[in-house]
Amino acid sequence: MYPREYRYTKEHEWIKAEGGTGTIGITDYAQQELGDVVFVELPKVGAQINAGQSFGTVESVKAVSEIFSPVTGEILETNSALVNAPEKINQDPHGSAWLVRMRLADSKELVGLMDAPAYEAYIAEKAKEHSA
Amino acid sequence: MRYLPKSPSERKEMLDAIGARSAEALFESIPQKFRLREPLPLPGPLSEMEIIAYFQARAAENARGFTSFLGAGVYNHIRSVVTDALIQRGEFLTSYTPYQAEISQGTLTAIFEFQTLMCQLTGQDVANASMYDGSTALTEAVLMAERITDRHRVFVARSVHPEYRQVLATYARNLGLEMEEIGFTESGQLDRAALTPEKLAAAAAVVVQSPNFFGVLENIPGLAEAAHAGGTLLVTSISEPISLGILRPPSEADIVAMEGQAFGVPPSYGGPYVGVIATREKFVRQMPGRLAGQTADAAGRRGFVLTLATREQHIRREKATSNICTNEALYALAATIHLCLLGKEGIRDLAVQNLSKARFAQAELEKIPGVRRVFSGPTFNEFTLEFPRSVKLINAALLREKIIGPYALGTHYPELTKRALVCVTETMPRAEIERMAAAVRRILGTPL
Repeated sequence: MYPREYRYTKEHEWIKAEGGTGTIGITDYAQQELGDVVFVELPKVGAQINAGQSFGTVESVKAVSEIFSPVTGEILETNSALVNAPEKINQDPHGSAWLVRMRLADSKELVGLMDAPAYEAYIAEKAKEHSA
Repeated sequence: MRYLPKSPSERKEMLDAIGARSAEALFESIPQKFRLREPLPLPGPLSEMEIIAYFQARAAENARGFTSFLGAGVYNHIRSVVTDALIQRGEFLTSYTPYQAEISQGTLTAIFEFQTLMCQLTGQDVANASMYDGSTALTEAVLMAERITDRHRVFVARSVHPEYRQVLATYARNLGLEMEEIGFTESGQLDRAALTPEKLAAAAAVVVQSPNFFGVLENIPGLAEAAHAGGTLLVTSISEPISLGILRPPSEADIVAMEGQAFGVPPSYGGPYVGVIATREKFVRQMPGRLAGQTADAAGRRGFVLTLATREQHIRREKATSNICTNEALYALAATIHLCLLGKEGIRDLAVQNLSKARFAQAELEKIPGVRRVFSGPTFNEFTLEFPRSVKLINAALLREKIIGPYALGTHYPELTKRALVCVTETMPRAEIERMAAAVRRILGTPL
């Protein structure tokens, strides 16, 4: 379910790092929690973002969620396909519904993020809290 | 909500429960120097009859029997008793914020109708549930343009209502928003030559008013084209919306900010009024304020709710589009009822009457030696005249004849001393226009 080569945050973003760049999206767990996504607000290309900083929002019929950057860097590209088809986030959150690509300022930041098994354990814990 | 005072024994019971000696003791954490040492010097209680007598006496102090040629942002228009009768119904007068749609369909329906009417009048896609007044609506429109463009400089026509510009400057001062004022030409319209393509390419918005503070109509399509070429938005302010009964709607503008007082709201003492903000659908998420939307309930029946509330402060705090957490619901309702009473043809007739009476008054006044029209641009129900003498002196003499004279422009525009803005609406009888013209002729014919 959760791609092994991705890294994950506690705020439910994923990042796929390749060379000096990273592709960022929200996780399948996040899209399920949000429900039907109706609007996505993304940053401007060229924006400098710090790790942990909010760079956009995902709005569903239930809520608006901030998207927090897993890493520090510069926005290289945003997924313009989401502007007219935000529902893609519900359909393919780990693939075609990526949000932004960033140039990583420091790839060592990735070390501090969760790998797939750790994230799966983390959301299993969350699910337990919910049912408790 | 009920306002029932507490009895001394109830107060004691409450104080005992929390272990406080007295109500006064609850304020002890406030330093003594900031606290009142003695009770406020308020008059003692009055009987019901004394209160009625008091207010009757105050009401008798109101100026009566005066004819007014003042406009400048506030307009004397017909009002129907129907409007007052309906807005005073308890269901509307005392209703709370319609967050709970299932018990607020009346209020929400009225707001939805208001929004629809504002869209029809302004030629825009979406309008919100209303703002405080024309000045705050304009300010919010400018802040909206700043968010949309991510540019932090705006060009504001000097012919925008001076008080609206003051409100905007107050907001801008601590928000890092730079305001540059653009002058006007002999037509009374914005000086387009001052807006070079380079300047426009760095600006969030060009802000104009139409009819502007001198009563002159701006060329909205032309300004929109110039602004859009630089990726800049056109924000149009309207303080006299009856003009929309006869004018082309400002559909080329990106945001329209309007004062709705002319729609069934009395001038009072300068408020409360009702502001309007309308825009293109693509900008709706950057629009401030409440928005009522149409939806369907579980059984598929038409209903209304507050929608896109994530723009608002009670949901998103610092990420909200504005700190407005309310609207002018009762006066938005008054405007809705007023416009429905007028109807599509009624508002056109009303606008034509304003235009005709203003034209007649202008012609009468221009016959007076030394009185001439200042601006060549087209006007609606207000126009600027130059007088051979101080407007303040003329107005003082007019007041003795129970005529409230035109607005002296020198107050806000030092270069426009001896110029005044004359307003004539449908409420002005022809005989009063003639009486005023005769009085001005006589005053100017009298040696100083």
